[in-house]
Amino acid sequence: MAFEAIKKVLAEAGDIARFTARFFSEAFRPRFEFTEFLRQCFFIGYKSLPLVAITAFIMGLVITIQSRPTLVEFGAESWLPKMVSVSLVREIAPVITALICAGKIGSGIGAELGSMKVTEQIDSMEVSGTNPFKYLIATRVLASTFMIPILAVIADAVSLYGGFLGANIHGAVSWTLFWNQVFETLQYGDIVPSILKTYFFGFAIGIIGCYKGYNSNKGTEGVGRSANSAVVISSLLVFVIDLLAVQISDLLNLT
Amino acid sequence: MKAVIEIEHLNKTFGDNHVLRDFSFTLLEGENVVVLGKSGSGKSVLIKCIIGLIRPDSGKLLVFGKDVPTLSHKELDHVRSRVGFLFQSNALYDSMTVRENLEFPLRRHRSELNKEQINALVMEALGNVGLEHTIDMEPSELSGGMKKRIALARTLILKPDIILYDEPTTGLDPITGKEISHLIRELALKYHTSSFIISHDLNCVNIVADKIIMLIDGTCYASGTMEQLNQSTDSKIKTFFE
Repeated sequence: MAFEAIKKVLAEAGDIARFTARFFSEAFRPRFEFTEFLRQCFFIGYKSLPLVAITAFIMGLVITIQSRPTLVEFGAESWLPKMVSVSLVREIAPVITALICAGKIGSGIGAELGSMKVTEQIDSMEVSGTNPFKYLIATRVLASTFMIPILAVIADAVSLYGGFLGANIHGAVSWTLFWNQVFETLQYGDIVPSILKTYFFGFAIGIIGCYKGYNSNKGTEGVGRSANSAVVISSLLVFVIDLLAVQISDLLNLT
Repeated sequence: MKAVIEIEHLNKTFGDNHVLRDFSFTLLEGENVVVLGKSGSGKSVLIKCIIGLIRPDSGKLLVFGKDVPTLSHKELDHVRSRVGFLFQSNALYDSMTVRENLEFPLRRHRSELNKEQINALVMEALGNVGLEHTIDMEPSELSGGMKKRIALARTLILKPDIILYDEPTTGLDPITGKEISHLIRELALKYHTSSFIISHDLNCVNIVADKIIMLIDGTCYASGTMEQLNQSTDSKIKTFFE
């Protein structure tokens, strides 16, 4: 039983690897589906912005409010902007953005492609002389890879603004002082690795969503299952990539 | 008349399930042939082999003299530009309007056309199925019969030489099914296309078919006109017409 489960997981990992290899072999060869890519950027980036921004703002606010009492206890209240900015920029904003996107984009792609598959729209596209892998998969994976870092940078900024408001609920920190401390604290070593890892988050979310949707079967039940497993696997991958990114930046002395 | 589709000794299996066994058949130019068979008899597999969506295990499958399973992507695209396919589920793109659905094959295969020419072809195709007013609607706003007509308009927009129909009247009420069958017949006459129709709807067969092929157990069990098959004493054939 356990052996069968392991075999199934390994087989799926192999299929995902093959699917990823096919993405690299097809995505960068003409014909490029630029219009569809821009359309996907709009859906993945612009349409996710309100959700990401609200979540980031709340996270910034909450982290600041939660951290304040501990810092006050140690007489280090003035360190609040520094501590909050490092936590938010290095870890919380990118990971929260990726998880929100795994839920929203991963499930959306999984369900959309899954329903296209079961209603023969993908076959129809192929019959119309369109490579569905290029048109549907390459565009979505690339859009997800390029949009999630932009969303994460916006989430950084919005969460820091939330942090500023949080710092002013029980205390009084001026706008200038807060941002001076934030920019004094943040180094390239904090910002660059955190942005770089979001490209991998975006790629993982896109490729898993597409893989699950494109290989959907068993009718409408399969569509639901595809959407669900796209969220589960891509969320898990976000944490695995985050762990690897932290280890790599640690090894490279970037932290 | 010239043969547009020639199939010889076609075989296809899925695991232990031998779906097509030594299937042979020829579709002539301008001919409307209906493949009649029970559900699960391999009708849809056959039609998908013809358009190159499924690869047969063995046998010869020529479309316009080109062996489909051996064609490169580019060659296959060229063959497909001359073959229309009406899917059983209509396969209209949910994320696009009716206009965009109809424009899609034109933008892929007829990139030389300008906006006005594309618009004229879209309006002509919609005119053929009597649904000009739906041009800016989305597929979700259309009824089953309307979706089928729009799908038919999209299939016809490239003016293909052959149209493959995968159960065109399935899921429609008898009146709408009849209307679609008459439309298929009219459009085949208007554009001089050859039609290859998969169906188990005898009303549709009666209206559309010049010739019927009985697909039983994956083989071409019998063929002939509606009248000839109707008079058959073979029990397997009789069950279809009773």
